Amino acid sequence: MEYFLEIFLGGLTRGSIYALIALGYTMVYGIIQLINFAHGEIYMIGAFTALIVASVLTMLGLNTISILVLASIAAVIYASAYGFTVEKIAYKPLRHAPRLSALISAIGMSMFLSNYVLLAQTSDFLSFPNLIPELKFIEPYSHIIRSNEIAILVTTTAVMIVLTFIIKFTKMGKAMRATSQDREMAMLVGVDVNRVISVTFIIGSATAALGGVLIASHVGQINFYIGFIAGIKAFVAAVLGGIGSIPGAVLGSLILGWTESFATGYVSSDYEDVFAFIFLVLILIFKPSGILGRSESRAV
Amino acid sequence: MRKKHFKNLFLIILIFCLSGFFLFSCEKKEEATGPIKLGVAGAHSGDLASYGIPSINAAKLVVEEINAKGGVLGRKIELFIEDDACKPELATNTATKLISQQVHVVLGHICSGATKAALGIYKDSNIICMSPSATNPSLTQSGNYPNFFRTIASDDSQARLEVDFTLKELKVTKIAVLHDKGDYGKGLAEYVKQFLEESDKAEVVLYEGVTPNAVDYTAVVQKIKRSGAQAVIFGGYHPEASKIVMQMRKKNIDIPFISDDGVRDDTFIKVAGEYAEGVYATGPKDISTNPLAIAAVEAHKKVYGKDPGAFFLEAYSATLALLNAIEKAGSTDYEAVSKALRTELDGKIKFDERGDAIGVGFAMYQVQKSVYVEIK
Repeated sequence: MEYFLEIFLGGLTRGSIYALIALGYTMVYGIIQLINFAHGEIYMIGAFTALIVASVLTMLGLNTISILVLASIAAVIYASAYGFTVEKIAYKPLRHAPRLSALISAIGMSMFLSNYVLLAQTSDFLSFPNLIPELKFIEPYSHIIRSNEIAILVTTTAVMIVLTFIIKFTKMGKAMRATSQDREMAMLVGVDVNRVISVTFIIGSATAALGGVLIASHVGQINFYIGFIAGIKAFVAAVLGGIGSIPGAVLGSLILGWTESFATGYVSSDYEDVFAFIFLVLILIFKPSGILGRSESRAV
Repeated sequence: MRKKHFKNLFLIILIFCLSGFFLFSCEKKEEATGPIKLGVAGAHSGDLASYGIPSINAAKLVVEEINAKGGVLGRKIELFIEDDACKPELATNTATKLISQQVHVVLGHICSGATKAALGIYKDSNIICMSPSATNPSLTQSGNYPNFFRTIASDDSQARLEVDFTLKELKVTKIAVLHDKGDYGKGLAEYVKQFLEESDKAEVVLYEGVTPNAVDYTAVVQKIKRSGAQAVIFGGYHPEASKIVMQMRKKNIDIPFISDDGVRDDTFIKVAGEYAEGVYATGPKDISTNPLAIAAVEAHKKVYGKDPGAFFLEAYSATLALLNAIEKAGSTDYEAVSKALRTELDGKIKFDERGDAIGVGFAMYQVQKSVYVEIK
């Protein structure tokens, strides 16, 4: 039973990791129907920024909590700036072009950013400090769950709730929903669509950066390539849950995390990816728009 | 109609040009003047660049020295450096490019998978290829690649050492064997498993491949714990090894972790930090007391201002062996050079029929106070 619990929690953590990245993916898709492949790279840039800031602050001798807070803030601001710029440079000029052009531009941006970090920083793996302080009262249970993993779970839940709140109850959220339903009509009734899209990218990038800080501190190492792998898995999770839906992204990520974890725990890690993708295929056969996705029937 | 004519004409011209090119290249091969072209191929970028860059440095140092003395057979040596990023699909391009540049011999490739992919291409063009680091056993043992040589021992001797060490020194009876599903890691793990089963002294309680580059390995780590393993033997490279070790230690699993020369890299210690402490890894025998090696390391320090990285000495001796063999053979002819490599060379290095260097071997190392220390 304890083994089951361990595997269950392992899957939960893994799922939450995917969810932190998938949330930004799904949000951008929900608003402008663009699969933002550069999202994983934004996550990687967030992690790198946090590492640089944390190293400097550690040298200055600050305590762990303030390092965590300052590094996260720096990562969020820096990554958001990147997200904002990427949208302006790579996607905005293509807004009226066929969808495929924007998609290719996104893939290009992803390659550009990862290679840029490779050249500007390093190709080596870098050690990432553990920024989450170890909580004393969890110590006896550390073989099951650690404070790091709890931080990831809590953040994912919080981010999901905040995003849902923003979209459902704020004026900006209303504008986002309007843009998502019909961009031209929204423009006609006075929604500043460009601003809405920029804000979407900034929010998406901020969640990715937050994910970068937490995940890197959990894994303990980063390099320029982490964004690609994590991005692909998060993309699968977002599709599984129904791309465009915020709760769907979290649900899809958790299902993906659990599938992988249980496949490893009870069958063999050789088949980890096989099981994950079989599951994806099955869901897409029976529910093509994902678990919580809206079906794409548009009036012409 | 006219358009079609043009097309045909164009094709004919193209064929003429190409055949001319081939004739030209054949002619040039016979020529015994001009520089001797040494190709250097391997992982020079990407996350395994730290294995490939030292071999470039080694080749540059050797070539500089030999050119300063007047070259080989009175001919200067010219380097052609091509990157394969350790990827088999890129390695075939790298090989084709080097052949089109008409290199005579190749130092490389670095990773076993990439080497395997490129070897067939070199074989068809009669080019000798010598790797300082590709340790996959089948490269030499299959007999498919008579043009392949290496200055490092193959994985089965590495696996043998890992198993002997685990059984005799650590005296454990339940062992988990993991690998990264790659040519190198899985090949090694299979040998380890085979040797463990043959020895009949220990039980393989877990044998699994982990997904490379995964975000976390919690489930595998929990599985190791449940299997009751007393030691873990891992076949693969340092990025996965450091993640697994860190997550094992964080989950309070303090059993020995034994791995291979893909992990015996300083990057592993740098990334895993305190968690690297006590990890065992096999690596090439320490030859730092050899006068030739001391001179090579000194030269590297003088030129690059730091200690050489992984496989530097292997690459250094491989470059020397190749050039010595050409000198001894009196030409860059394939048959003559490969015959020279199989008889003793000046640097006292000799290769057996299959292409493995005779006398090289592995030793066990352990991370002690953030450095790898050889265990006698």
